[in-house]
Amino acid sequence: MGERLERAAGLSATAASTGGGAGRRASRLFHGHPKVGLGALLSGPLLWLIVVYLGSLAVLVVSAFFTIDEFTNQPTTQLTTANVEEVLGTRAFWDTVIRSVAVASAVTLLSLVLALPMAFYVAKLAKPWARRSLIVAATLPLWAGYLVKAYAMRAVFEPGGSGGQGGGFLQGAVGWTPGFGRTAVVLTLTYLWLPYMILPIYAGLDRLPTSLLDASGDLGARPLRTFRSVILPLLVPAIAAGSIFTFSLSLGDYITVKIVGSKTQLIGNLIERTLLAPNQPLAAAFTLWPIVIMIAYLIVVARLGAFESL
Amino acid sequence: MNLSGASYWALRVFTWMVLGLLYLPLAIIVILSFNTATSLSWPPDGLWLDWWRKAAAADAPRDALWTSVKLALASTGVALVLGTCLSFALARYRFFGRSSLSFLVVLPIALPGIVTGVALRNTFLRLGWDLGFRTVVLGHGTFCIVLAFNNVIARLRRMAPNVQEASADLGAHGMQTFRLVTFPLIRSALLAGGLLAFALSFDEIIVTTFTAGAGVETLPQWILNNFARPNNVPLVTVVATVVMLLSIPLAWLAQRLTGEPTGLGAGR
Repeated sequence: MGERLERAAGLSATAASTGGGAGRRASRLFHGHPKVGLGALLSGPLLWLIVVYLGSLAVLVVSAFFTIDEFTNQPTTQLTTANVEEVLGTRAFWDTVIRSVAVASAVTLLSLVLALPMAFYVAKLAKPWARRSLIVAATLPLWAGYLVKAYAMRAVFEPGGSGGQGGGFLQGAVGWTPGFGRTAVVLTLTYLWLPYMILPIYAGLDRLPTSLLDASGDLGARPLRTFRSVILPLLVPAIAAGSIFTFSLSLGDYITVKIVGSKTQLIGNLIERTLLAPNQPLAAAFTLWPIVIMIAYLIVVARLGAFESL
Repeated sequence: MNLSGASYWALRVFTWMVLGLLYLPLAIIVILSFNTATSLSWPPDGLWLDWWRKAAAADAPRDALWTSVKLALASTGVALVLGTCLSFALARYRFFGRSSLSFLVVLPIALPGIVTGVALRNTFLRLGWDLGFRTVVLGHGTFCIVLAFNNVIARLRRMAPNVQEASADLGAHGMQTFRLVTFPLIRSALLAGGLLAFALSFDEIIVTTFTAGAGVETLPQWILNNFARPNNVPLVTVVATVVMLLSIPLAWLAQRLTGEPTGLGAGR
């Protein structure tokens, strides 16, 4: 399409080359020289994404190898591997990383288990006129605000004092609450990011022709077999796309962890605490964990077709 | 596929249960905003409009709201310009590194906010810049680009190339074609991407924390700071309720514009 368009526009520019006007002159410049147009379009975004963003990430990675001045706590440019050795060589840090990956995986799995049946009902079983309202209802909470929802969950889980005095919603209405801790963190993060899982799965199911499911049924497959052999394989890209958000947003979180996690620590808490210490090089060494984990994760889900379903 | 009546009802009940769970905590916050006590305990001690009156008189949340709106508008502007340029380049040209660019644009939103935040903070400080409103715009703009990009490129890919050829055949030069043909066709995609970018920037807290200096307080920061003070908890629930009410028309508009439920331009 691009080439044809260029040629057509080039022709019109030549035909109109007798005309004047700044717009016309600019158009001629761009269309006679497609590279000029491309350069103009790309220079801004590339300057930003490569120089500012990737540049910052690169500097961050390098600064993990800097030492820190003992008196001023400022990073110096003297190189050392001590920070990375400390991060890799301390048992407690490994536990935190494993805990973070476990929490992010649990959130992703729980979101999947909740989103799949719901998206299936909305996309394939609900009356056509109800579909749109249902899916909008599922996405509206995304607009309510991260902190509002995190604190709302605090109001749900609040255990109160001894005997449940001053307890939150669960304690007051049901008489039982998991209290603050790792369970509350997983449930709250799932609550926060669930719509990001529902949306791509719903879109994927919506694209799936219903006749395909009927055909599977006609060939004698029971609903569970149809789900496993027809629906699930076709939904892999959509699930992978949704999982980027549920996994990544949970992996780096430290604010929800502070709000409902009690003493729970995830990798984000380590980074924040070290940065405030202040020990910038050590904090940078900690950020290598989420960077490496997420890039590996992205490479895997890209193979599964996640980026086409984003 | 022949689902039995029981499975149909099971899925139906499950769906409504999940929806109920999504709204229950929000309902609790709204109800607590009418609470007379200063805690999050349930049931509320008594209901009154006290805190609504106090919130209406408070300056700090209003200032923070205004900061957040300005910030979100600036970041959205940056994201729209850069995202649109990038989507035109990718939709219309073939060039070296083209496929890695679509990976690169997703990266700022796929890496945890704390990584983006710490990386940018580090760079800004090393460059000797003062952390403030401008550095937060830079931070938010970085992860908002993908929203404008996703929406515009989806529209460009669906657009028939012959409309532009027709425009050229009728004697329009490139700028006229853009103004009269291409732009009207992508306008709603820009608006949808812009709304999503606005919402994401308005809600962002982690990148803000690391790229803002002491002089900037956004609404999420105000909420975070005030929930820690027990006496201000009901005030925060009032502000939270107001923000929720304000976001409903925006969400509705974004949904109308894309014709699809909108997350991150998901589903195209």
